[in-house]
Amino acid sequence: MSNTKALKNLAQLKIGQSAIIDSFTDKQMALKLLEMGCTPGEIVKLDRIAPLGDPIAISVAGYLLSLRIAEASTVLVSPIPAV
Amino acid sequence: MDSNASFVHFSDKTTVKVALVGNPNSGKSTLFNALTGLNQKTGNFPGVTVDKKSGFAKLNSTITAEFIDLPGTYSLYPKSLDERVAFEVLCNSENAHHPDVTVIVADASNLKRNLFLVSQIIDLKIPVILALNMMDMVEKEGDAIDVIRLSEKLGVKVVGISARNKEGVEELKQALLQPLPVPQYDFIDIHKIAPEAIDKIKSVLKVKSDFSAFQIANNLSDINYLHNKEMQIKITDALNTLIIDKNKLQSLESVERYKTINRIVEECITRKSAIKTQSFTQKLDSVLTHRIWGYAIFLVVLFLIFQAIFFLAAFPMEWIESLFISISEITANVLPQGELSNLLVNGIIAGLSGVVVFVPQIALLFAFIAILEDTGYMARVSFIMDKLMRRFGLNGRSVIPLISGVACAVPAIMSARTISSWKERIITIFVTPLMSCSARLPVYTLLISLVVPQDKNSGFFNYQGLILMALYLIGFIAAIGSAWVMKWILKAKEKSYFIMELPVYRTPQWRTVGLTIYDKVKLFLFDAGKIIVAISIILWFLSSHAPGNKFDEIEKKYQDYSFRGDLNQDEIAAKISSEKLEVSYAGMLGKSIEPAIKPLGFDWKIGISLVTSFAAREVFVGTMATIYSAGNTDNTQSIREKMQAEKDPETGKPKYSIAVGFSLMIFYAFAMQCMSTLAVVYRETKSWKWPTVQFFFMGALAYVSSFIVYQLLK
Repeated sequence: MSNTKALKNLAQLKIGQSAIIDSFTDKQMALKLLEMGCTPGEIVKLDRIAPLGDPIAISVAGYLLSLRIAEASTVLVSPIPAV
Repeated sequence: MDSNASFVHFSDKTTVKVALVGNPNSGKSTLFNALTGLNQKTGNFPGVTVDKKSGFAKLNSTITAEFIDLPGTYSLYPKSLDERVAFEVLCNSENAHHPDVTVIVADASNLKRNLFLVSQIIDLKIPVILALNMMDMVEKEGDAIDVIRLSEKLGVKVVGISARNKEGVEELKQALLQPLPVPQYDFIDIHKIAPEAIDKIKSVLKVKSDFSAFQIANNLSDINYLHNKEMQIKITDALNTLIIDKNKLQSLESVERYKTINRIVEECITRKSAIKTQSFTQKLDSVLTHRIWGYAIFLVVLFLIFQAIFFLAAFPMEWIESLFISISEITANVLPQGELSNLLVNGIIAGLSGVVVFVPQIALLFAFIAILEDTGYMARVSFIMDKLMRRFGLNGRSVIPLISGVACAVPAIMSARTISSWKERIITIFVTPLMSCSARLPVYTLLISLVVPQDKNSGFFNYQGLILMALYLIGFIAAIGSAWVMKWILKAKEKSYFIMELPVYRTPQWRTVGLTIYDKVKLFLFDAGKIIVAISIILWFLSSHAPGNKFDEIEKKYQDYSFRGDLNQDEIAAKISSEKLEVSYAGMLGKSIEPAIKPLGFDWKIGISLVTSFAAREVFVGTMATIYSAGNTDNTQSIREKMQAEKDPETGKPKYSIAVGFSLMIFYAFAMQCMSTLAVVYRETKSWKWPTVQFFFMGALAYVSSFIVYQLLK
């Protein structure tokens, strides 16, 4: 996880791709995301992208969460390679 | 805390105050409805614009519970208005609504995230019961939750329920009667995170727990109940030397909570399969948020809503109107002619009719909205519309109020309630009345037929139809444009996020739909209705009274046979009403504003209509009929002919030229000529600020636009 080169932001994932949350780049946004269950170490999956390209929907903590690209790009994740 | 004091007992009380708190979509409202049924009322939390729902239910033969449905919230941080209310009620034992016991409603099928709020409330050290809702969903998925173990781990009583099927609701009521332990242990060691701050707060303030102290230290500026100056100073002094990194402390707290939650969830849930099957929701989402099907289906939904409130509602509205006409006729016949009968028939009954007539539209619109919300579809509307609407400072959900506004702004504005962001909701409420509503239609039709020539060999294009369409388009552009302007002007009260749950799809509950309709209709009738009846009485007075005995003089004048000429009885009656209206207070008002509206091409006759049609735009037609003594108001043919014959006293040309006609149409497209809308905006924003701003903004827009149109076309 400490390997920063492998990190992407959440908005850069492909549909269906999973990743592990690493850290946040926006402190205010982080608070909101944390209380919604997006904690470091948690597995997220990009489920779908809205027809107009924004917002996106992710699976996290057992439910579906939608957020805007601008918000998702503050979440750094390390993608899980497809098995 | 000594062990004796840690049990709360209600046996010596006759009413117990119970707060319901939980995440949005946790089924909190469903439980509230199941507990209280029709025995509920909507009020206001003092000082804030947040609706307070409360209701009563008997727990046994002697003890009644008063349930307060707190706004849905994901956490106890007092950021948004809703969260602040929940925070204050629970944390401030001095608050009038502070509960004896708190029922936390948690979605068992989404336990992890729901436990976050649960854990915070446990740490407040107030008596709580956890109502684990949607246990049927968990079972259906083949999972199992060890409720006893969960109760042990959390240190609070846990009752498994399924509020939709009313399962476990009785058990919950019984649990409320049992002695209730105050949560036994801290969910997390909050003292470890901010030792100095907590100790300092505790040295000056009596708090129930370390977490309360932590919350006070961390959110001092957002906590209203400490606005007692002395206390504020005391706390600020105590924290004086301490540098508190709010963000850091709060994120530490959140991470710490989820660590414990993960451990507990691991221990208490046995999952049938590792992969959670949301297949039904997934499949439906791939259609409902599809780039073609998604919008096509939404368009169909909008079409259905529109048809319902525009055409379907017309039938019951007609029944209501004819019912009130019969009531006024009976009243007029029974009571002796005079002031009292006049007030009752033309003031009060007319006003009541003007209120009740909205009920079908409100009921139908909210039936749709309740279904859309209850099924989870509304969140998808936000999802697919967000990018488009965001540019104009609106929310994906603003589409429904805006489209409904084409039928009527009153229910449309009430439906903006589903928008959670304050700023986006205010903008939606503000611009919705600019959409051309059905009450403008009679005004447009009359004026178009007056000034736009009917094309004989029109072929595909019909000028009259084209102008009508243009008027609707202008309204829409004005709404979107104003929204865009407001986006820059309006300061957000709270940071706006789109971070939002997409709940799983469920079948709608008719009980919820019914209660929503009942609630909205009641709110409208009693809150906005009062204002509408009051204004209606004022308008009645203005148009049916004149200074001195001017009315008598007119009556006397027409008793003289030489004056009557060869006019028949109806024509004389029409002339009398016309002259009476001219000398009435409304007439005086119309004449006094003539200098101001002259640059728009309007005379005092139009001035009077502007005054009276404040009741509702379509009244314009009726007033014009009276002024031009056209007699029967249903006969637009005769009004049109009389208006067409009207000559401008200065030029001698027809008064209703193209310039005047268009200027008037534009005026009605933009001006806030509707007391019911103002009353409903007041009710929804809970202050006169927004209706006032709206009235003047739309008035100015109408004035300037009409001025330009008239001066250009003149």
